[in-house]
Parts: sequence; C-alpha cells; structure tokens
Amino acid sequence: MRLIALILVPLLGALIASGRVLTARRRVTCLLAAAVVHLALTASLWLVPAEPVLGGWLAGDPLGLVVLSLVSVLFLALAAYSVGYLQVENPRGGRLFVSCLMGFLAAASLVVLSHQMGLMWVGLEATTLSMAPLIFHRHDRRSLEAVWKYLVISSVGIALALLGMFFLATAQVGGGTSGPLMVLEDLVSQAPAMSPAWLKAAFIFLLVGFGTKMGLAPMHTWKPDTYGEAPPLVGALMAGALTSCAFLGIARIVQITTSAGLADFIRPLLIGFGLLSLLVAAVFIVAQSDIKRLLAYSSVEHMGLLVLGLGVGGVGAYGTMLHLINNGLAKGLLFLAVGNVVLATGTSHAPRIHGILRSRPVSGVLLVAGLFAVTGSPPFGLFLSEFTILSGAVRGGHPWVAAAMLLLLAVIFIGMASVILEVAYGESDPALPRVRESAWLTGGPLALAAGVLLLGLYIPPALHSLLARAAASLGGGAP
Amino acid sequence: MSHLDQVLLLTVVLTNFVVLGTTRLSTCIRAIAVQGLLLGVLPLVLHPGAEPGLVALAVGTVLVKAVFLPSFLLWAIREASVRREVEPLIGYITSLLLGAVAVAIAFAVAQRLPLPEQSLALLVPVGLSTVIIGLLVLTTRVKAVTQVVGYVMLENGIYAFGLTLAKRVPLLVELGVLLDVFVGVFVMGIVVFHINREFDSLSSAHLTELKD
Repeated sequence: MRLIALILVPLLGALIASGRVLTARRRVTCLLAAAVVHLALTASLWLVPAEPVLGGWLAGDPLGLVVLSLVSVLFLALAAYSVGYLQVENPRGGRLFVSCLMGFLAAASLVVLSHQMGLMWVGLEATTLSMAPLIFHRHDRRSLEAVWKYLVISSVGIALALLGMFFLATAQVGGGTSGPLMVLEDLVSQAPAMSPAWLKAAFIFLLVGFGTKMGLAPMHTWKPDTYGEAPPLVGALMAGALTSCAFLGIARIVQITTSAGLADFIRPLLIGFGLLSLLVAAVFIVAQSDIKRLLAYSSVEHMGLLVLGLGVGGVGAYGTMLHLINNGLAKGLLFLAVGNVVLATGTSHAPRIHGILRSRPVSGVLLVAGLFAVTGSPPFGLFLSEFTILSGAVRGGHPWVAAAMLLLLAVIFIGMASVILEVAYGESDPALPRVRESAWLTGGPLALAAGVLLLGLYIPPALHSLLARAAASLGGGAP
Repeated sequence: MSHLDQVLLLTVVLTNFVVLGTTRLSTCIRAIAVQGLLLGVLPLVLHPGAEPGLVALAVGTVLVKAVFLPSFLLWAIREASVRREVEPLIGYITSLLLGAVAVAIAFAVAQRLPLPEQSLALLVPVGLSTVIIGLLVLTTRVKAVTQVVGYVMLENGIYAFGLTLAKRVPLLVELGVLLDVFVGVFVMGIVVFHINREFDSLSSAHLTELKD
C-alpha cells in the first residue's frame, strides 16, 4: 500500500494542481503537502520495510530506498524554495510549473520502486517528459533552444534504452524461463543461464541510453545548455534527482550482469565512461565563465564518479551509493545558492558579479559552502565518498585510475574555486544594496548544507547498513 | 520464415534508402509511412493464427505509424510552411554509402547475436540497420522536421527488433508507442516555433545561441 501511495500521492497532487480550482497560493500549499507526505512515507519504509506488491512489480530494496530517500529529501527542500521562487519569477501563474514538479516526483518514485524493468523504463520516460515544461518556464528564445536540445538528445537516449530492454528480454527468453519476463529478482537469479552475448548487448545499450539521461560524457552535450537556462530549482532537481534515477537504471543492469559473471566485461566500460566524464568536466570547467554552466560540468564530473565507483567495485560500490546521496544534497545546495545570486543580479556571467558575501550574506555563505562541498573538501560528505571511491580504486588494483581521478579532481577544484570565490568576495556592486533575503529562498539550501555537512562528520548506523546492503547487491562491499 | 515476410523486411530496408537518397521532404514522410505499414502487418505474417494480442498490436501500429504520424508531419509542414528540400549536412551519395555500411554492420553484428527462435533471425539485422540509419538521418539532416523523420525511423527499427518478442510479451513491445509521445511533442514544437516566429527557420543548425 505504502509503495503505491508513494506514486499516487504526488500524481494526485499534480492532477489537482493542474486544474483551475485552486488559487496560486493553495497550489503551492498542495505541493508542500505532497512533498511532506512523500517524505513521511519514505521515512516509514526505513522503520518498517514494505512487502512487494502487484506481483513483485513494485518493491523497496536497499538500492531503491537509497535513491528514494535522496529524491524525497531533496524534493521537500526544493518545494519550500519554490514558494519563494514563484514570488519572484512567475510569468504565467505557475499552474503548469507546480503540477509538473509533482508529476516528476510521481514518475521518479515509479522508477525507484519498479522491479519490472519495462515499468521502470516507463517511469524514466515520464521523468523526461515532465521536465520539459519546467525547463521552458520562462518561455523565451533561449529556454526554447535549451528544451529542444534536451528533448532531442534525451529522447534518443530513452529509445536506445528501450532497445536495451528488448535485448534483456531476449536474453531472458533464451535462458529458457517460462514464467513472467523482466522482473528484476528473476533476472538476477536467472542471469547465469542467459546468453552472455545478448546480456552484453543489453548492457551497452542501457549504459549508453541511461548514460545519456544521466549526462555521462560524451553524451552530456544537452547538460550545459539545459542547466544554464532552467530555473534554479529545476536545475537542482535535474542534477540531484533526475540523474540519480537514470543512474539507478544503470545500477540495475549492473546487478544483472554481475550476477551473470560478466563483471570483467562491464567494469572497464564503467571506468572508461567515468574517467572520460571527469576529463571533459575538468577541461570545460577551467575555461568557464558562466556560473550555471559551471554547475552543469560539475554534474558531469559527479556522474563520472558514480559510474567510476561501480567500475572499480569493492568498497567503490559503497562509495558510489554514499556519493549519490552527497552529490544530490550538494547539487541542491549549490544550484539554489547560485539561483539566488542570479535572481539578485540578473546575470549568470561570473566576471560581472562581485561581492555577493556583502550584498547577500546568507546566499554568499551558502555559495562558498556549496563550492567546498561539491569539490569534495573536508569536512563535507563528498570528501568521504570520493575518498571511499578512491580507496576502492587502489584496493581493486587500479592505481592509475586513482591517480588520474585525483589529478582531475584537483584541476576541477581550482577551476571552480577561481570562478566562485571571485563572485563571492570583493567589493559589492553599488547598484545592489544589501537586503534581507526571504526565508523561503534560504531555508531549503541551509537544510541541504546541514545535511551534507553532517554526512561528512557522522554516518548513522542505519544509513551505513542500508548503504552496505545496497553495495552488496551491486557486487561490492562496505569499508 | 516464409517468403512473404522476407520480402516485407527487405522492403523495410529499401524504404530506409529512399529516405537517405531523396531530396524532397514529402517523399521522406511517405517512405516512413510505407515503412510503418510494412512493420504494422508483419506481426500477423510472422505469427499466423490471429491471436487477439497480435491483431491489436498490428492495428495499433498501422494506425499510429502509417496513418497518424505521417499525416501529422505533412500537416506540420503545411502549417509551418517549411521549404520542401531536405538540406543534408553530407551529400546524398555519401548518405547512401553510409547507409550501405550500416546494413553491412547490422548483418555482421546479428551474426554474433543468435536469436532463441531461429525462424525470426532476419528481424535482428533489419531492426539494427533501421536504428543505425535513423540515427544517421537524425544527425546529418539540418531541418527539425527531417530530424523527426530520423527519430521515427529509429523507433521503427526498435519496433522491428521488438517483433521477435511480440508473441511472448506483446505489452513490452507496445511500450514503444510511448516514444511517439516525443514525436508528438517535437511536431507541436515545430508548429508552435513557427507561429511564435521565434526562429527564422526551423533548422536546428540555427539553435546555436547557447555554445561554449
């Protein structure tokens, strides 16, 4: 029941908000209510695990619960931010905006809870579609261009992923089963009997297809344009939640192929895509002067780290699961802080912004904290998760991968710090007087900053055991 | 595999080459309409016996791929007054040669992926080559409408491969229809672009304001 409610509650909210019955204020209340109920249901899954429903098509395994918790927490912070945001920038009443936000939450929950791979694919397609009106919120020429690029590239990715799903079904039919097809648990248990050739083909198409949605290099080209033009909370939702859902798609096929004994085939591919993403991110971050596009390349970097952690295996898989949460929280924090800067100054061109710490002290502090969090500096959580991935690489016998990763992370740190510190420090623009910022615009990012800081200092035992079980299902282990 | 389905599948490959070689946009759209029709009747030819699930799949596919999408695209061209030429980034001869390479690659790859059911083996290379040629059209044609044509071909290729599973899991194959939602969004986007006059032309090569 709770599993179905996790999908239906936001879906119902989206339907209610899409009608004309509610006033703008009530609509936002509806959004907040859906976010709170969703988080409460997610929390209840931590306390009392839910039985699979609908013949095993919906279930809450550790891997799914990690992603679900991240999506749910991030969404509540973003829903609170949207109250403040829609007061500042809201060309058309926000009806479509609010209902698409909730529609995304419903689709993301479907992706996370589906243990039937076809159903999961439907959820991923729905997340892609629900994002389009959110990116197009401003209805101007630049956001039109951004949404066109996003849709063309993502739709090709999702189509290739469907072909990968068909390959997976063919592998399962060839394995000689007579029961229902495409249920995750069956796929994992029957994988050793399946044809390795079809499984490899399925892996490649799903990696490229979901990798496109995730924004792994070289399929990342939609990301800078889309993140550059999308409203701040939409960018945060994409970088934190949408990409995590797409990553879960890759994690599922890793589960299946690992069980089939194909780890030696998939790991070099994962490491290759991971390192390439880090390299592309490093090159473009150094030459970047637009702060929102800077965040997009930072997202490419972190997606690279996620697949790299899976590729090195061992404790790397634990590091990846921890990094998924840390990255989601840090991206939410940084996108919202940058969003406040852009709302205040009207530009995202870094050389024209100075002294944010003086003119907008709270957002300025959040911006600097976000910079250090996202670049993996201690004491923030990303330091811990990146270190775990690094030690996974060393222990897994990939010292050169570890060395390349360290070098690229250092370059990325220098590139990001040089841009963001310029924006934060210095004399403030006289045309930008110091004002008190709305609590709605700072509350969400403050909570996210607290979360990512806490995870750097202390990992609760319940979270540790969940992450360890999720890593075990991916063929890895806990440190 | 009977004689008729082989003829149908090879005609599907031929329609790919019509799209690659033609200079006229309307010919492209008619070619994918024919392709949709061929793919629509295939499930009945491959699995004779008129099972309700397969008949529904065939009827739905013909309606969507052979009737609705092509007329929607032709309507969009009229509505947005798109110029009738294809405007490729690479020449027609090069396109056709690359198409031939794609078919060769598809057959070579299919050799290494034996189907559990041997009688359907020709679906694999035909599906893969249509996917590759669809991607080729998508990336080498300038106009937004032609890109949509390429996307429909990509989708048709995936559907052709899906037919190997049609008897076992028709529902999974029918999921492909959700990809047509994207096609609908693209076509509406094209029409709305024009109405808003936000772009001078529909060419996505003009979508270059955002660049590093």
